[in-house]
Amino acid sequence: MADQTLPISAPLPEAEAQRVPWLEWMHSWVVTVDHKKLGLLYIVYAIFFLLVAGAEAILIRIQLAWPDMHFVSPEVYDELFTMHGTTMVFLVGMPILFGFANYLVPLMIGARDMAFPRLNAFSFWLTAFGGLLLYFSIVGGFGLYGMGNAPDVGWWAYAPLTAKAFTPGHNTDYWALALIVSGFGTLGTAINIIATTFSLRCKGMTLMRMPLFVWLMLIVSVLTLVTITPLTAAQIMLLIDRYLGGHFFDAQAGGSPIVWMHFFWIFGHPEVYVLVLPAFAIANEVIPVFSRKAIFGYPAMVAASVGICFISLTVWAHHMFTVGMTSVGNTFFVLSTMMVGIPTGIKIFNWLATMWGGRIRFATPMLFCTAFVFQFLLAGLTGIMLSVAPWDWQLHNSYFVIAHFHYVLVGAIVFNIFAAIYYWYPKATGRMLSETLGKWHFWLFLIGFHITFDTMHFVGLLGMPRSIYTYEPDRGWNTLNLIISMGGFVQAIAVLLFAWNLIYSYVRGRAAGNDPWDAWTLEWSTPSPPPAYNFAIDPVVRSRRPLWDLKHPHDPDWKYER
Amino acid sequence: MPSLENLEWNLRTLEPTGGLSSLRLTASIFSVLPALALPVFAQHPETTPTTLAPLSTPAHEIFGLSLFVLLITGAIFFSVAGLLVYVIIRYRARGESEHEPAQVYGSVQVELAWTVIPVLIVVVLFLTTARIIFAVQDAPKPKSALDVTVIGHQFWWEFRYPKLGIVTANELHIPVSTHQRPEPTYLRLLSADVDHSFWVPQLNGKTDLIPNHPNEMWMDPQRTGLYLGQCAQFCGVEHAKMLIRVYVDTPEQFTAWVQNQQRPAVDDAAVAQGRQIFETEACVNCHTVSGTAARGTVGPDLTHLMSRATIAAGAALNTPENLHAWIQNPNTFKPGALMPAMQLDDKQIDQIVAYLLTLH
Repeated sequence: MADQTLPISAPLPEAEAQRVPWLEWMHSWVVTVDHKKLGLLYIVYAIFFLLVAGAEAILIRIQLAWPDMHFVSPEVYDELFTMHGTTMVFLVGMPILFGFANYLVPLMIGARDMAFPRLNAFSFWLTAFGGLLLYFSIVGGFGLYGMGNAPDVGWWAYAPLTAKAFTPGHNTDYWALALIVSGFGTLGTAINIIATTFSLRCKGMTLMRMPLFVWLMLIVSVLTLVTITPLTAAQIMLLIDRYLGGHFFDAQAGGSPIVWMHFFWIFGHPEVYVLVLPAFAIANEVIPVFSRKAIFGYPAMVAASVGICFISLTVWAHHMFTVGMTSVGNTFFVLSTMMVGIPTGIKIFNWLATMWGGRIRFATPMLFCTAFVFQFLLAGLTGIMLSVAPWDWQLHNSYFVIAHFHYVLVGAIVFNIFAAIYYWYPKATGRMLSETLGKWHFWLFLIGFHITFDTMHFVGLLGMPRSIYTYEPDRGWNTLNLIISMGGFVQAIAVLLFAWNLIYSYVRGRAAGNDPWDAWTLEWSTPSPPPAYNFAIDPVVRSRRPLWDLKHPHDPDWKYER
Repeated sequence: MPSLENLEWNLRTLEPTGGLSSLRLTASIFSVLPALALPVFAQHPETTPTTLAPLSTPAHEIFGLSLFVLLITGAIFFSVAGLLVYVIIRYRARGESEHEPAQVYGSVQVELAWTVIPVLIVVVLFLTTARIIFAVQDAPKPKSALDVTVIGHQFWWEFRYPKLGIVTANELHIPVSTHQRPEPTYLRLLSADVDHSFWVPQLNGKTDLIPNHPNEMWMDPQRTGLYLGQCAQFCGVEHAKMLIRVYVDTPEQFTAWVQNQQRPAVDDAAVAQGRQIFETEACVNCHTVSGTAARGTVGPDLTHLMSRATIAAGAALNTPENLHAWIQNPNTFKPGALMPAMQLDDKQIDQIVAYLLTLH
């Protein structure tokens, strides 16, 4: 076709990358407004905190491996699980997914950068500063005299435990401020992604021709805009309560601790979807490429994603089935929660149908995505169990819930983050990650994951509540907890292998070329790594898989897409 | 024989308790499944606060419903996971091939089918769930019900029996409720400080104790015995040691217990010295011993301390040695407990313990 211009391997002659002084190189990363560099900064930042929060998890699991352990004190244990949760959600999950969005959205829609490059840099540094602020609490929690301490009120920070009467010192303030600051960064990125997808798509890329990855990142950004706001509002109210004599959450002065719960969960539940939709986004790219088939039911996938976005805003109080809502209130949230299962089910079926009839290559990215489908299925089903309010009266705040949301956050999201890194690392660095190390990483992580989180369901059914620093030896939880902890170590070894793979392959990895996976979206038409301007000539597309059209000129997609 | 013990529990759950019998029939078939699978892990069936061996109507209703949900979700799991395994085996690439597989972009009929089927499943699950919510939450309160007010404190439980004039702590005594003589217990849940949650899995699900937001829950245990639970909402540093012991008594045991609790504290001249130290130190600011100068309400009521098997909300057995260690430094059992170490010498503590040992 005449308007089919895709410069697959014809970049502009680039100035040969010369060795720049170390300081200059660092400087270029600090002042950069390039979406790719910022994306990588996000991802590296998130991987660093993944290791930190992972180490916290390991300390938690050592403490719980045997009953009546004295490995850490109760105070330190509370800090560990608070920091583990806060870090994983706000400093790992959100940044890494926005990192992928930053790196990939402009490339996938044929743009040269994000819509607001400076806002982009500002957002990243705000988020980064938020993370530093949170961890600075370890030295500053008691105001720089005596010993410091980290926040210890749980990542959900229920009032009135956060009141000054029950939590003196400054650790809760660091927690609130850190989340306000990183929240503003997140809002900036969300606005940027929305503006980019709406205004910078290349010629021919209608909304219904966008890669599903971009669709999902757009939806995530909208959801972020809606949900970060109540969180920020709640943090400000908390600080007013703590310092300006406010009584928003102070029951003794007519305030209501339940108001905090509503604010927190109307953020907190959609937040789960903010994290999991990007995981779907990754699966939507990886599964078709490795199955060698177009995604099955693209319009249904878009509709299901938009549906999840809306329904997820109506389900928050399923975290509050035990706070004494009326029976009618409980019933409403049972229904809305179960309804999320419908679009989610559609997605799982569509991924299966994409694999059906394909020729599936089980390279490392696909291994992780396949495990994701399996684990997300289970996570969805335990989610249905928890949506059944009476059963939730038993399961709420037990290890069953911990198992369920780690199935989502690790089994679905972290697995797909690994898939994404194996899949796009060659694009970002020009080198392939080692497949041998990748397979070791996958199988060890899979085994460790199931040892830990499958077992957690059972210990929850046997009545073990969350947030306890130790447990009585006669409760029948001993063996199960030991098994859970051992699985944690297996996962830790796998993650260390992965970190080694990242470093090793950066130096020794096989050269990747432009398109190592024989893929179909626009980012694979650029050199690896892509030049600062991304595309020498603005691409023009006629279908959802522009590179498929180019590789199969006699059988292009645009003839068949609906 | 842990597995047999648990199996016995589960078989007991098969007895119909009125309402939902059809659901329970389906459920009962599948109750054998967890009964066989889970006890393998449980080493202490008699003290495991399991959700799988319900002994009270609300817990029964929840358990029956959970088995029904497990049945449906299990069926979904095996069909979808089966498909996934089939796809992985059948369609994995074998060797290199130049040809791409046939490209399929979608199918309206198929997609409609897998939208409608989940909708139907949701309708069924929702209606069944709604029925149990109303059955448990809005159950009419019979006249014969026993009222207990539960007040959550950092990090212990206060139990008040308003109609019986009893105040006690951490160990709840309630009567068994039988078909012939139904006597459910209604708990009114309050909090003195932060959020807590009352959870004794075998008797009911959990309900939170939230300041300025009174909640209610009920239970009608059908078998006597001791049932364990603990606080299920993170409430601060000693959340893990905020344990609950519920004694389900026979009507005779319960009457005897009530009569003992209603008596004022024993006044034994032999331990007058210990009592004098107790009453002149700060102890009385927080603790009550009825009929004496000790009228504090911050800590547990000690009038009948020796009728309880444990101290420190279940953190330690109620023995003279433990009492001594606890008074000397509460952090021994509960680092972070709000009771201060009183800086008394060993002799003084011995005398206080001797006094406390008379408070039957």
